[in-house]
Amino acid sequence: MACFLVSGGEAIVVTAVHKAVKKSEIERGIVDESGKQLTDPTQEGICWTRKLSWLMNMLWGGVILLAIEHMWHGEVVPFPPFLTAMYNPADIPAMLGEMATVGVAMAALVTVTWFAVTLVADAVVKRQSATAAEKA
Amino acid sequence: MTLVITLLAAAIATAFWYAKAPNSDMRLGTLALMYWGAALMWCVDGIHGLLEGEGFIEIADAAAMLDDAILGLVVVAVGLVAWVVYLVAKDPKRVLRKSLANS
Repeated sequence: MACFLVSGGEAIVVTAVHKAVKKSEIERGIVDESGKQLTDPTQEGICWTRKLSWLMNMLWGGVILLAIEHMWHGEVVPFPPFLTAMYNPADIPAMLGEMATVGVAMAALVTVTWFAVTLVADAVVKRQSATAAEKA
Repeated sequence: MTLVITLLAAAIATAFWYAKAPNSDMRLGTLALMYWGAALMWCVDGIHGLLEGEGFIEIADAAAMLDDAILGLVVVAVGLVAWVVYLVAKDPKRVLRKSLANS
């Protein structure tokens, strides 16, 4: 019905956090204006500007593509109130219930997967550094 | 079928990203992550369907399968369009800026 709106809300929050983190990392000389990391990721780890951009891409991609699916099924319309469940007051609790269960689970799965990917990426980069040090 | 087609698109985009890495001029990683995000969300939808007593993927009804497959192709096309818009807006190869400056 409107499960993708939960991920949409998270995407908006993550985008705002990404903007603030990027500004902070530019000031500290960690990334440049384009978001490219200036420090050595094998020593400092992958910067948060980059990590948060991965989550942003996953969330916005999911939201856009699920919105298309909802339009396809007639659950979202391009005019107010935008959600067809809003036409019938009896459908609103079911819609909110779906957002609280499926919507939250979708946002949580994407976030947990992203967090696991960041841990693996940092471990891979640091292992690469350790291997290079052993060879030297 | 929408999930299967999106997973396939995610795998293909990831393979292209890997082939081009570490060069990220085409932002193929962004395209791959968009499809992976949507695929993960549809996985949750499928699990919800299972818990509700439906199938993870609709395979019983041929008409519903065809509808889902067409939706999957539309989703992949919209993902490509969104990626192209992102690419032109970011213009990582500065092609647009150079073209406009020379015209």
